Amino acid sequence: MVKRIVVGAHYGLIDWIAQRATAVYMAIYTVILAIALFSLGEYTHQSWRDLFSGGFMAFATFLFFLALFYHAWLGMRDIFMDYIKPTGLRLTLHLVVVFVLVGYAGWAAQILWRLAA
Amino acid sequence: MQQTRVRKRPKHLALHQIRMPLPSIVSILHRISGAGLFLFLPIMLWLFDQSVGTAEAFEAYRAFVSNPLIKLVLLGLIWAYLHHFCAGIRFLLLNIDVGGDLGPARRSSVAVLVISLFLTIVAGVALW
Repeated sequence: MVKRIVVGAHYGLIDWIAQRATAVYMAIYTVILAIALFSLGEYTHQSWRDLFSGGFMAFATFLFFLALFYHAWLGMRDIFMDYIKPTGLRLTLHLVVVFVLVGYAGWAAQILWRLAA
Repeated sequence: MQQTRVRKRPKHLALHQIRMPLPSIVSILHRISGAGLFLFLPIMLWLFDQSVGTAEAFEAYRAFVSNPLIKLVLLGLIWAYLHHFCAGIRFLLLNIDVGGDLGPARRSSVAVLVISLFLTIVAGVALW
């Protein structure tokens, strides 16, 4: 049975934490990627591809994309909540953002999976 | 005491009359850069897709990004990412009560603006 808490401010707290947790992960990934790029040596199509097809980087990069899309959802939702007053328009924009972000996640998975194959 | 209460305060949202303090400039730029990055996500995903794709796709990608106008747009996106990154770290520190006093908050705002611009220039020189 699904236990749902329909009152209280906990949903907001989880979003608040998720926004920061995804931010911290993306910041760490950015530093790792920057180091990897510096130690790449010569920049060729092959070395660039190899960078993302290794097991660790493929996994870390996919996780980066998921963190990015979740983070983008929370940020865009906050922007719409602040500036878009008509409820219908705001909910429509929320749905559009969710749909495109889910689509991007599928796209990112396809890019990285094709590389690993 | 009473006099300050009856004093007529200007109440307007005339953006050219509001003088924003540095921390609020960093804050609004954090929001603008975030929205900009979101809007350009499909283009950046497409570029990443091309760059790790077939040899032909890679060549098409190189031709596309060697256009100076595209380079300028990408440099703008790099700035947006770096500003969002630096300002984000500042906000995380504020969340754990680091640098919340007026002096440090102003100084860290300047640091965010300067460091993100400096890193953008470094990236621009490296990639141009």
